Amino acid sequence: MASNTGAAGASGSPKKSSTGAKVVTITSGKGGVGKTTTTANVGVALARMNQRVVLIDADIGLRNLDIVMGLENRIVYDLVDVVEGRCKLRQAMIKHKILPELYLIPAAQTRDKTAVSPADMIKIADQLRPEFDFILIDCPAGIERGFRNAVAPADEVLIVTNPEVSAVRDADRIIGLLEAEGKGPAHLVLNRAKADMIKRGEMLSPSDVTDILAIKLIGIVPEDDSVVPSSNSGTPLAMLDASRAGQAYRNIARRLMGETVPFMPLEDNSGIFKRIGRLFGGQGG
Amino acid sequence: MPGFFESLFGKSNKTTSGSTAKERLQFILLHDRINLPPEKLEAMKAEILQVISKYVSVDDSGVDFALQNRERIPAIVANIPFTKPVEPPDPDDDLPPLGSSRKES
Repeated sequence: MASNTGAAGASGSPKKSSTGAKVVTITSGKGGVGKTTTTANVGVALARMNQRVVLIDADIGLRNLDIVMGLENRIVYDLVDVVEGRCKLRQAMIKHKILPELYLIPAAQTRDKTAVSPADMIKIADQLRPEFDFILIDCPAGIERGFRNAVAPADEVLIVTNPEVSAVRDADRIIGLLEAEGKGPAHLVLNRAKADMIKRGEMLSPSDVTDILAIKLIGIVPEDDSVVPSSNSGTPLAMLDASRAGQAYRNIARRLMGETVPFMPLEDNSGIFKRIGRLFGGQGG
Repeated sequence: MPGFFESLFGKSNKTTSGSTAKERLQFILLHDRINLPPEKLEAMKAEILQVISKYVSVDDSGVDFALQNRERIPAIVANIPFTKPVEPPDPDDDLPPLGSSRKES
């Protein structure tokens, strides 16, 4: 039975603890920057490396993670059913079609964020910890209740942003809120980076963004045309070995597991460009 | 100083929209982070100048207040040139001042 004894295992270290899962919340502030895609792909990548993974969709009322994972027609119970005692936690966990150690707990579609409290999320995470290596929580956009729910049980927070002024601004706000809650330091996923535009100076570079936000990168995901077809079919890119974005997500997964993985080059002839970037950015993305 | 290099390299070429984005972001985040309405900011500057003017004579045309981010911590960097020290307050204890002078005018 899931007693509470093993629940307090996770320390601040990036390595997975043998006594319990690491809870990783994926957030952004702004909507539409790729939180759900990131959650799905990092989850798949971890599961492919034989990690036991459960994904929780915390976006109550606007669930989407089930669709990106291709599991939408297997939903019987959801997160709110668990919280309100209509089912056991196990019954709300949907097993992935291919990866045997990957599960999804879907959000309720007909309720709102207030159906769940931060304390509920902590309780559910603690129940899951002994049986998993990673618990990934897909946070809704915004900074209100849904955000507080998703962040409450987090051992580690990933902030997804795009190289755009509005997305980076919202990321900064999230960083400030996380600092105030003592949930730091978060790590940054720069999503939808376009090498050619960055090279021409038409897009914020990774070092521009880390320079401005003053947090560490955990991944740079290149813009990839295969993202849309993959969500069309409900097969996250990290399932496929060919795509560059899929590779970037697998690298994020390895970094979450404590490995040191060099960042893949955004563009091929990056020598001079990178050096200039470092001059301005200081950190060298 | 990043500002120096930026003006040396970044701006001597044509300005790209990427660098515009970075500048706009830095400005926006500065104000998000200090979270002080503009009129309060102005009041603060005026008060700082007032204090400094008690000791030295400030050259108003050269005054420059800049806000900067330092690793997420906002900072005020002020450049306040002054021409000459303000007339020292009436020195009762020292050498007798210029004959008739009252401290005024």
